[in-house]
Amino acid sequence: MRLNTMPLRTPTPSIFRPRKALDQSMLTENRRLLADIDRRNVLRGAVSLGALTMLTGCDVSENDAVQKALRAVSSWNDGVQHAIFRRNHLAPTFSAAQVVKPPRFNAYYDIEDVKPVDGATWKLELTGLIADKRPWTAQQLSQLPEQELIIRHICVEGWDYIGQWSGVNLKYFLQRIGADLTAKYISFKGADDYTESIDMETALHPQTILATKYAGETIADPFGYPLRLRTATKLGYKNTKWVMAMEVTNQFAETFWSKQGFNWFAGI
Amino acid sequence: MSTPPVKSTARTERRLHPLPVRIMHWINAAAIFIMIGSGWKIYNDEVIFGWLHFPDSIVIGKWAQYGLQWHFFAMWIFVINGLAYLIYGTASGRFRQKLFPLSLREILATVGDALRFRLSHDDLTHYNAVQKILYLGIMLVGVVIVISGLALWKPVQFSELAALFYSFQTIRLVHFLCMAAIVAFLLVHVALALLVPQSLLAMVTGGPVVDGKKPAPAPLPPPEIEATP
Repeated sequence: MRLNTMPLRTPTPSIFRPRKALDQSMLTENRRLLADIDRRNVLRGAVSLGALTMLTGCDVSENDAVQKALRAVSSWNDGVQHAIFRRNHLAPTFSAAQVVKPPRFNAYYDIEDVKPVDGATWKLELTGLIADKRPWTAQQLSQLPEQELIIRHICVEGWDYIGQWSGVNLKYFLQRIGADLTAKYISFKGADDYTESIDMETALHPQTILATKYAGETIADPFGYPLRLRTATKLGYKNTKWVMAMEVTNQFAETFWSKQGFNWFAGI
Repeated sequence: MSTPPVKSTARTERRLHPLPVRIMHWINAAAIFIMIGSGWKIYNDEVIFGWLHFPDSIVIGKWAQYGLQWHFFAMWIFVINGLAYLIYGTASGRFRQKLFPLSLREILATVGDALRFRLSHDDLTHYNAVQKILYLGIMLVGVVIVISGLALWKPVQFSELAALFYSFQTIRLVHFLCMAAIVAFLLVHVALALLVPQSLLAMVTGGPVVDGKKPAPAPLPPPEIEATP
């Protein structure tokens, strides 16, 4: 049994992880327990199994075979979420009075560590199945029609808030640049080396935008200035901030969080 | 009138807990175990009550993603097994036979007996009114935890369902309270199963033979303790 395979984790701190490293001594203790159980009779062994799972549930998850099985179920869940996705069903919207200002910050590092993007030199790079791949400046993007969404942001951790986002509708933008709308995925790259991708159905959903404003004002640095994805049908982590590049593709690629075992589809 | 050619054999005799019930019971036990342990891990990332944090040693999944993976794996087992159980219990007449009729008078009488430690219970095959209420109640909690879980998982796709709960955090709270009810039920259920080992054994072997209509007298010696889970 191989325990503790590391490639699942990056050394960077994350809000999803405890600050303190975990005590590895439990692992050794449980190995002894495991060996001990072999010598017990079946009934006692069965009773102990419950206790063993309780003690090692965390470590068992990292076992290669277990992790492979759990990820296979997670992929199956991607398929289920795709199947139940309602293309034109709108997420609930809210009134401007309910908007939380500023929005809640979240990233795989603290807000003090945000490296602001220079909007004057920033360009949105376009790659993949797109007819017109010319990059877009912030000024050019601001000329496009603006859509406003007052929607609930839900984090995988369990918190939520109402946010007011404005920017160009993604479907409109994809049509404008001549993207292949029959492609499967849209991938995003953030300035912080963040990667995310969404399925085409979500990209074409009426409540998916490339946001440039929050609560009527230019998005502040920590929240994705000059451009971030905002979709009403996905968990928070799918909404890439500081978007530097966008690719239209049929190739599935694991993303920042999916590599670490979080669900890829992450629909809500 | 002709007599039946063959009498029923031990193999076809109806037991207190037919094999499907036993299989579904233990599958459910495993699924519930994973759902609660991984649910505690997920809860810890954004606690509802500041004073309540589940210790790392009793949660399932060392990291958030593992807790989520276990939860969204075991949910299928819990839901599919639970649906099979509800269908079986309804179609086979088990629920009607074991859990009904249920009268207010019977409930009050049983509660009174229980409080005076006078619950006569030498028959595993018959549920008293408190047991009936608890089993019906826990099934209802099971249904509500699945519905609130669905609303938590897909508050936009199932926005009509989510709207029944007032707010997203209310859904979390309902889901949490259902978990708490299940944990409370389990404490009593497991404690009584250990106090009356025949009942635990019956969930493994099938227990006493019953004729399917009326509970037969228990072939086991009457238990000393006057309650079963």
